Amino acid sequence: MPTSAPNAAHPPTAPRAGGSPLGDVTASDSSLRRFLHGLPGVDAVGLEARAAALGTRSIKTTAKAYALDLAISMVDLTTLEGADTPGKVRALGAKAVHPDPTDRTAPTTAAVCVYPDMVAAAKEAVAGSGVLVASVATAFPAGRAALGVKLADVRDAVAAGADEIDMVIDRGAFLAGRYLKVYEEIVAVKEASGAARLKVIFETGELSTYDNIRRASWLGMLAGADFIKTSTGKVGVNATPANTLLMLEAVRDFRAQTGVQVGVKPAGGIRTAKDALKFLVLVNETAGGDWLDNHWFRFGASSLLNDLLMQRQKLATGRYSGPDYVTVD
Amino acid sequence: MSMEKPASAFEYAPAPESRAVVDIAPSYGLFIDGEFTEAADGRVFKTVAPATEEVLSEVAQAGEADVDRAVRAARRAFASWSALPGSERAKYLFRIARIVQERSRELAVLETLDNGKPIKETRDSDLPLVAAHFFYYAGWADKLEHAGFGRRTTNGHSGASPRPLGVAGQVIPWNFPLLMLAWKIAPALATGNTVVLKPAETTPLSALFFADVCRQAGLPKGVVNIVPGYGDAGAALVAHPDVDKVAFTGSTAVGKEIARTVAGTRKKLTLELGGKGANIVFDDAPLDQAVEGIVNGIFFNQGQVCCAGSRLLVQESVQDELLDALKRRLTTLRLGDPLDKNTDIGAINSAEQLARITALAERGEAEGAERWSPACELPSTGYWFAPTLFTGVTQAHTVAREEIFGPVLSVLTFRTPDEAVAKANNTPYGLSAGIWSEKGSRVLAVANRLRAGVVWSNTFNKFDPTSPFGGYKESGSGREGGRHGLEAYLDV
Repeated sequence: MPTSAPNAAHPPTAPRAGGSPLGDVTASDSSLRRFLHGLPGVDAVGLEARAAALGTRSIKTTAKAYALDLAISMVDLTTLEGADTPGKVRALGAKAVHPDPTDRTAPTTAAVCVYPDMVAAAKEAVAGSGVLVASVATAFPAGRAALGVKLADVRDAVAAGADEIDMVIDRGAFLAGRYLKVYEEIVAVKEASGAARLKVIFETGELSTYDNIRRASWLGMLAGADFIKTSTGKVGVNATPANTLLMLEAVRDFRAQTGVQVGVKPAGGIRTAKDALKFLVLVNETAGGDWLDNHWFRFGASSLLNDLLMQRQKLATGRYSGPDYVTVD
Repeated sequence: MSMEKPASAFEYAPAPESRAVVDIAPSYGLFIDGEFTEAADGRVFKTVAPATEEVLSEVAQAGEADVDRAVRAARRAFASWSALPGSERAKYLFRIARIVQERSRELAVLETLDNGKPIKETRDSDLPLVAAHFFYYAGWADKLEHAGFGRRTTNGHSGASPRPLGVAGQVIPWNFPLLMLAWKIAPALATGNTVVLKPAETTPLSALFFADVCRQAGLPKGVVNIVPGYGDAGAALVAHPDVDKVAFTGSTAVGKEIARTVAGTRKKLTLELGGKGANIVFDDAPLDQAVEGIVNGIFFNQGQVCCAGSRLLVQESVQDELLDALKRRLTTLRLGDPLDKNTDIGAINSAEQLARITALAERGEAEGAERWSPACELPSTGYWFAPTLFTGVTQAHTVAREEIFGPVLSVLTFRTPDEAVAKANNTPYGLSAGIWSEKGSRVLAVANRLRAGVVWSNTFNKFDPTSPFGGYKESGSGREGGRHGLEAYLDV
């Protein structure tokens, strides 16, 4: 497998020698609970107000050009449908490699994101381009299967060549307070993922409270997540500016405490370039410039890419060309 | 692929709001009896943009004779204005509120130019609140008998409507020029009074544009009169024998002078004066949001806010963590062109105010407090002061006791809730306070013990026309806003 570009500049996964970076907080269910419940609370009104305030930043001209290209390079171009076929996945791969057929200077997306049985087709479609293949696994999206089944799902995807694994946590266990079970499952999936980078999906819409999202973020990072990811895109509430801001605070604080940098991936519901730019402002002013790179920040999206491309064309040509000048996928 | 990354990653390009939406005339008169007129002695003064020191316009300067003329006009207008049914007065106020909304972009740019505060604030805070105040008090105009003031018959049913006082003399500061005007004029008109208002000498323009709004709304002549000028005009207004009501927002020193002037007269008085608000952060606070609240508490409007959270009281057990987070946050503040939509910190309003802030900050250093500011380049023209923290501050430091009225935060620590309350209350002021804790019982218990007119819980500097605002102790007397704000303008 050729080394793909985003990985070339960085170690393939964040090394976590000697288990959890915070030592014995994961030694038992009760110590883990004490740690997670000892994290500062989140004031929902204040968090949402901060996210909204950053949403008023005005990104123009050169800043916009930079941000649009950066956003395109951060897209995990996704198809996760029961109706997916190798043909559909090939089309998606072609689009990831050449997002704008009329302008070869447009950056490639970071990855395509598919179900495990489509990984082989996806790998073929993006071969040699530097675009990565991410695979959801662990009985995505509900995650309601035995651990053995989930691990087999992961191993399948890795064997087929997946560069990244997007797993879902056991929300039932989390909401029941069985944090150690969630932790151990992530550790097991991380091990099964091998060299593939692991994105841990919390399904923030099901966790429901910001306190839970903060706890899940720390739990995931302690267990070895390379990325923490908001959602599957399959429930009512997916990525929002507020839950992404909260997760950016978590990766910022985690690096300050442990030295380990973890990426963030909001997924689902981000459809316009305008929204994507707001998320990049959140990254810039919360986690900081170190995360403004597709190794550390991704958008899980499908329709977003076309809007980014249309805005990019508009910025370059001064006119808005419309949806017939970008490819359907 | 990898991106071309600019030196500091994501550099926001300038995003200036257009000045073309506002047309500032080279000169303005006083607004008396529905007409713009020159001062009797022909004097004028210049108003400058604090961000650039550019002269924006030349404004007629009211003297004693002009104030007298304005009060007489207001008196003439009072009889018919106060005789209107409340529902008719409401129509004018609703009209004014809508015109303010329609012209909000123009007024926001104007206010930013004349005051120096960021367009983000005039656009998202000042102007929406101005309109909200007029809408709110418009709603009260025909319901005054239900406000709980005035005469009631013995069987508990409402009697006649409570009566207005007459002519209100109102003197407002430069920190929220149009918003303070709204706080003063909206309740006065709703209750049937007529007004003479003196805006601050450094920020007269939005009040003069408001005069135009009144004309546009068809407000009868003399109901609102605007007399720009200096302290002497304010003093003449306050001392005028035909003024029935004095409302002042500004410094405690001037407030005391005004109280002496009106003592022993029939005049009713409300004063909204200085503050040294405590922002108390407990160790169980939502820390990330507390950091935002601290920033909003002291750097909103460059700290030129009477209810600013200028004293941070942080529990010792989270002091290091909180201060690290706060300093990191301050490095992201964007200081510069107030018209740029991405500017967080604008200019200080005047050279005089800048000198005062500078002197007090130097005093803090001289007294041994540790001074810190983020790396921050100040523009070469205009009046600017970098966001500043003082740590190692005790109750004895000048920067913990005196109102600085600038972007300067004094950080003190405490160990227990009792100590927090004692330190928070240990000030001659009592305007505002904030409490940060995730524990509801603690918030309620502490709030009850704070002697401050406004106590915010897990937020700061939130304003709403429905909420009364005012001070304890040397922060003033009387309340503005809400149902309570009606009382100051009614004969009850």
